[in-house]
Formats: sequence, C-alpha cells, structure tokens
Amino acid sequence: MDTQKFVIRQISIFSENRPGRLAAIAHALGEEKINILAFSIAEANGFGVVRALVDHPERAHDKLLSLGFNVAFTDVIAVRMKDQPGGLYEVAKILGDAGVNIEYSYAYSGKEGAVLILRVDQVEEAIQKIMNSGATLLERSVFH
Amino acid sequence: MKSWDPRIEEMPKEDLQRTQYKLLKSLVYRLYSFSPFYHDRMKEQKVHPDDIRELSDVKKLPFMFKRDLRDNYPDKIFTATQEELVRYHVSSGTTGKPTVVGYTQNDLNTWTTSLARALTSLGLGRGDVIQVSYGYGLFTGGLGMHYGAERIGATVLPTSVGNTERQIELMQDLGATAIACTPSYLLHIGEVAEKMGVDIKKDTKLRTGILGAEPWTDGMRTRIEDWLGIKAYDIYGTSELSGPMFTECMEQKGFHIWSDIALVEIIDPKTGESLESGQKGELTITILQKEALPMIRYRIGDITTMDDNICACGRTHPRIQRIQGRVDDMLIIRGINVFPSQVEYALMAIPEVGQHFQIVVERKGSLDDMLVRVELTKGSFSDKINDLMQVRQKVEHRLRNSLNVNVNVELVEPGSLPRFEGKAKRVIDKRSL
Repeated sequence: MDTQKFVIRQISIFSENRPGRLAAIAHALGEEKINILAFSIAEANGFGVVRALVDHPERAHDKLLSLGFNVAFTDVIAVRMKDQPGGLYEVAKILGDAGVNIEYSYAYSGKEGAVLILRVDQVEEAIQKIMNSGATLLERSVFH
Repeated sequence: MKSWDPRIEEMPKEDLQRTQYKLLKSLVYRLYSFSPFYHDRMKEQKVHPDDIRELSDVKKLPFMFKRDLRDNYPDKIFTATQEELVRYHVSSGTTGKPTVVGYTQNDLNTWTTSLARALTSLGLGRGDVIQVSYGYGLFTGGLGMHYGAERIGATVLPTSVGNTERQIELMQDLGATAIACTPSYLLHIGEVAEKMGVDIKKDTKLRTGILGAEPWTDGMRTRIEDWLGIKAYDIYGTSELSGPMFTECMEQKGFHIWSDIALVEIIDPKTGESLESGQKGELTITILQKEALPMIRYRIGDITTMDDNICACGRTHPRIQRIQGRVDDMLIIRGINVFPSQVEYALMAIPEVGQHFQIVVERKGSLDDMLVRVELTKGSFSDKINDLMQVRQKVEHRLRNSLNVNVNVELVEPGSLPRFEGKAKRVIDKRSL
C-alpha cells in the first residue's frame, strides 16, 4: 500500500515573538498568491514556530527563504474527524493504543467536516493504524 | 586619624618621589638584565636603564597591555620560577583565554600591606568583623580582602558570594561591622534583608561597606548609605596589579595609590602622552614592588583623573578619582569582566548560531542582567520547540562556562540583528548608574 500519498508537507517558520512577525509571513504568502489552508503558532519564551499547510509549499518555502526567514519542511498527516462530541477521542485513541506519540497537533473545522493535523514520531506506523481502524486520512493532493 | 604605617603614609612628597625613583631604577635594571620580554621591549623602544635618571624618565619606558599577558599565556613573562611562586590567580581574557597572575611570598605581602593601609584608612582594625562577600577562588577579590582584613587584626567572616539569606543571618549573629562586596550585591543583600524582615540599620552592626569590582556612582553611594545606614567606600584594583589594592580614605575623595607600591600616570589614550594632574585620561600604573609579574606602565584601560594634592586626611599619596569609563569595550557584569570578543569567540564554536550577536545589559532589581541575542542559522532550524530550546540552553551553557557569568540567550531570526560596516556596536547597556 502506498502510504506516501498521505504524507503532507507542512512548512514551519521560525519567528521572533514580537508584533508584526505573523503579518510579515502572511503578507509574503499573499503576494505569491499562496493560500493557507491551516496553521498554528507554537510559542516558547521569546520565539515561536509558525506551522502552516499551504497549497504551494515549495513556492512558499522559497519565497520565505528569500526574505531571510528560517523555513523547514516537516512531514505531517491529516485525519478526518467527526465534527461532534467524541470525534477527537476516536482518532487520539487509535494512536494511543498503537503507541504512536503525537509531537504536536492542530485542527480545523471546515465545510467538509473537521480535520486533525498531526506530527507523530512514527509516520508510517500511524498511517497504517489509522487506515486499519477505518478512519479516513486525507491525501496530500487535497492540500497541494 | 589612624594610619597603618604613618611614616610612609604621611611621608613628604619629595621623599616619596625619591623612594619611587630608587625603586623604579632598580626594577628597570633587574628586568633589563633578567627578563627577555622586558629586555626586548626596552631595546625596541631604544631605552636603556641608564636613561632613567629621574622619576619623570618613566615616560621613556614602553607601555604594557592586557594582550601582553594574553600573548604570553600562561607564565611566559613571569620573572620568578614556579618554585618561587606561592599562588596563582586567573582572570578572564578578551578571547576566552584567561590571564594568569603569579605571586611570590613578597608579592602577597606587598598586596596585603597595601590593603592593610587602605582598610585602616577606613577606620577598620582590631575588633571589627569583616564579612568578605567577594568570590573566593581564582578571582582575586575574596582571598585578597581576606588576608588584608586578617593583617589589620580584624575578624574575617569569609562568606564568599551567594546564599544571601545565610549571609544576612551570619551578619546578624556574628555582628559583622563591615562588608566587602560589589555594590550591586550589597543592594541585593539589602533587598533580601527587607524581605526577611531584617533592618540592616537597626538589626545589624554593619557600618562600613568596602565596595568595588564594578563601576558605581556617587548617587548609588548616597542611596546605599541612606538606606543601609553605613559608610560606603570604593575600592580599586585589578588582578594584573595583584587584586583589589587601593581604597578611598574616610574623606571619600578618590583612591589613595601608595606611592612606594605603585607609580601612577594619566595619559592621553590616543597619543600616549602624559597628562597634567587633574586632566582626564587613561590610568597607567607601574607596580614598583613586584617580583613574579612586574607591570611597567600598564595600561589598564580605565579612564580617570589624578589629584596629587595632599589629602585632608593627611596622607601625601596621590589619589585617583572614581573610574569614569573604559578605553575599550569591556563590560563589568556582577563584578566580572566581560569582553564582547569573548562572547564572539564562544559563539564561533556553536554551529547552530551565526556570528552576529547583540548584548543587552540591564539592572533587574539590583543585579546586572545580561542578555545575548543570537541568530539561528538556516540549517539548524527545527520545527520542534524542544530542539530550539535545547539550542538556546546550549548557547547559554557555553557562554556561562566561558564568561563565568549567567547569561540569558534569545534566539532571533537570521538577518535581524544590526550589521556594522565600521566599528560594531554590539552592546546595549541600559544600566543607569
């Protein structure tokens, strides 16, 4: 089975924790006509990491790099959740039972339901277990 | 007025100068004959010991700089053998490479004598309990003060630095009458004491502070004196001279530099020309009595003025004023010398961060706080916060190890720190002294 099609390229951007940094990133992506499908900000004392799923990750990467940002690609997976009580539990339980650790996660709820984006320590294993459990993984082509 | 050695301390100026000349002459002869380093230096300068015919001929001698000690690490310019040495002290250098100072027994005696005179000039002596809250160890402050205080017959309470609550308890329980520490540490002690419900004015016997190893002002003196109910005196010295050696007397009008121990000149830092008494310039010191590591016309880098008039206390030895600045970019953080070049040197060995940096120094509460901003290099960015925190900790750890000062590190975006074409201004010192 081709699990690779479920591996999504997230871009991660290092950002100082001060006013205007997110605006600078968003402005650069807007200029390149890149659409942000989902994003989150993780913050530590003094700095943060902006993580985003975009429709053109390569272009986003190159654009931000040219502006001097620290950018990296990270592999994540996206799982469809039921947009109702207990929806998150179902997905989290599958991974927990399989001993797969979630390093971080963020979610969005759109027209077609809720989606959980996950960065896990064992991508391959996570994809297998989620598929075996009958839950739906979103393919990379949905995003880019 | 009580003096440790009235004969020397109140000696007429002409006699003092005659003594200085004799000591200088024999020092120069000795070094020219026995020290390859000084011999070569004097040859380069085309000066022979016979050219020293009066005290002012000291101007003919070559200067020494901190880099001479660094370049000759650890002991290449010592003029005593290791068997003759009884102690080492080590201080931080500009590139992370330390400078080492060696002492013969006579060197320690001279240092201790200098402090014995100084402490006596503050009214201290037998019956006093002197709490030494300078660091003991490679730093000269702790051990120097310790032996000086013992010499005058005072009782030493060697608390060293840290564990402030215990320091305050001991100060109370053992009746400390004087404390030797950095002014910022004394302010910290005052704050901690207040939190503990201890009023230093009423609940302790403290009446004298011997404060130094970092720059401070008369404003801070007034604040300390009013708040803690003590007299606060400035002390001066660097490890190259031996350590803390000179203090103000009770007049609080500059440090008395004992003429039989040290010859002071104030020079123009740009031209090296000697300046008249009263003019502001770079302090240059020749230690007239030193065996293991003689210092001739040593340019410390401190800016000050000299007053050669006889002091109201009766002492005839010249005074230098409180240090007003530095020729170079040395910072003093919690009593420790820090050169921006040391930071640069340490950062160069860490691939995760770039070569650009910015130092921000603030005073938080009463303690100095040093922040170093560094740029995360492109290849070392990880999406994981934990990895980034580890990079930051690594940089903090490395800087602390090489500077001996606690440093906070902030990771910033590449290219975000200012770039300089000429002389870099990497230090933002927000401390208002």
